[in-house]
Amino acid sequence: MTTVVITGIGATTPLGGDAASTWAAMLAGQSGVSLIAEDWAADLPVRIAGQLKVDPAERIDRVRARRLDRSTQLALIAAEEAWTDAGLTWEGSGEVDPERLLVSVASGIGGLHSLLDNWDVQKERGPRRVSPFTIPMLMANAPAANVGLAVGAKAGVHTPVSACASSNEAISLALDRLQLGRCDIAVVGGTESTIHPLPIAAFAQMQALSKRNDEPERASRPWDRGRDGFVLAEGSAVLIVETLEHARARGARVYGTLAGSGITSDSHDIVQPEPSGEGQAQAVVKALADAGLSPVDINHVNAHGTSTPQGDLTEAHSIRAALGRAADSVVVTSTKSMTGHLLGGAGSLETLACVLALRDRQVPPTINLEDPEPDLPIDVAATVRELPGGDLAAVNNSFGFGGHNVAVVVTNANVSR
Amino acid sequence: MATTAEILEKLAELVNDVVGTPVEDVQLDKSFVDDLDVDSLAMVEIIVGCEEAFGITIPDEESKNLVTVGDAVAFIEAHQ
Repeated sequence: MTTVVITGIGATTPLGGDAASTWAAMLAGQSGVSLIAEDWAADLPVRIAGQLKVDPAERIDRVRARRLDRSTQLALIAAEEAWTDAGLTWEGSGEVDPERLLVSVASGIGGLHSLLDNWDVQKERGPRRVSPFTIPMLMANAPAANVGLAVGAKAGVHTPVSACASSNEAISLALDRLQLGRCDIAVVGGTESTIHPLPIAAFAQMQALSKRNDEPERASRPWDRGRDGFVLAEGSAVLIVETLEHARARGARVYGTLAGSGITSDSHDIVQPEPSGEGQAQAVVKALADAGLSPVDINHVNAHGTSTPQGDLTEAHSIRAALGRAADSVVVTSTKSMTGHLLGGAGSLETLACVLALRDRQVPPTINLEDPEPDLPIDVAATVRELPGGDLAAVNNSFGFGGHNVAVVVTNANVSR
Repeated sequence: MATTAEILEKLAELVNDVVGTPVEDVQLDKSFVDDLDVDSLAMVEIIVGCEEAFGITIPDEESKNLVTVGDAVAFIEAHQ
């Protein structure tokens, strides 16, 4: 089996404009959720969101930005950081064989701002005023395609779409392609930017969002009895993954291994998870098998944990079902308590958080866990928790509307096992 | 009625706005595609911008004849 390693990370999130500041804020237990200041939010039932810490306009110039949906801008920012973090030159050439370079960058929803803004233009000013860039901006594959253009990828550019599981699926797809020998190196991740009145109204109509408008920082509270829904957030996280052979040949620094992934589908309901959590548990079981690991090898789970009343409980039981008694010594957290829910950007951000948790042997807290659900079958970190020495492994769970369950397994830098 | 200089100035502003080319580079003899980094979709934006700015209509079949900045200025002068 080909060993796949992680050699670069990048992010722009509600907690920070890069991976390092995002990670520091996670370990500090900071919330990135705030009140939406724009006038359009005034009449909405939900007026809070995980808004970007750093305006993308600081990184992408005006002329370029007018051709790129905000979701693509975020993906490019995260991808550039990850690519350079991996020791490669952004928009350079010659360092990586383009025929062996793949991109797999997801979005759960696509270029929502471009779609809706241009529809507004058409209604108000007519079809002649619609931007000719509308289609290449709104298409869901635009983030992946633009990242592919920037790095010169010719081994395929992919955009798995599976709602909130999308970027974990993007990682899984690249892992498979690497292990099949279809490429040597891949840019993987996800992005989302949907802080706009329509999706907020629509998610609110589903009763999916927290309405804790008067306490934004306390709104995302997975497994707390006071939780009342998830907090919509925007951002992107990207990782560079490659075969160990390729990484060694170019002398790359290795964060850890992308050890395995598992995918299942509930076939139960278009939005509700199957209540027993069987599909979720099986995704973890499959991911462990793919990684060649046992439940006792797992030290940490970054849960999907969105802060919804039913979803958090179903997942707690599915983690227990997948890991059995070994779950007693697994530290579980939901970094969504701090970031909010990045939808198609969530999986890759939380996989990135797993990589750094194993590197630093520290699990970031699930903040706002003040009154935990009684009899939780998992050990949730309410404060920063230390991980033991030696080999470490972590699971990142992502689930999406449509019944998508994707678990990804990463291990720390020791690639001997 | 805008003068030739005024039309050129406005066109240079539009090109700068859409593709970022410096306004001083937008001269009558310059080709939109070959000299000014204007691709086909950017050209649509520039043409629509001209229509708004000068209150004219530039039919799609005419737009392909606007190869240089001078072509565009001449068309606008003749139709405003």
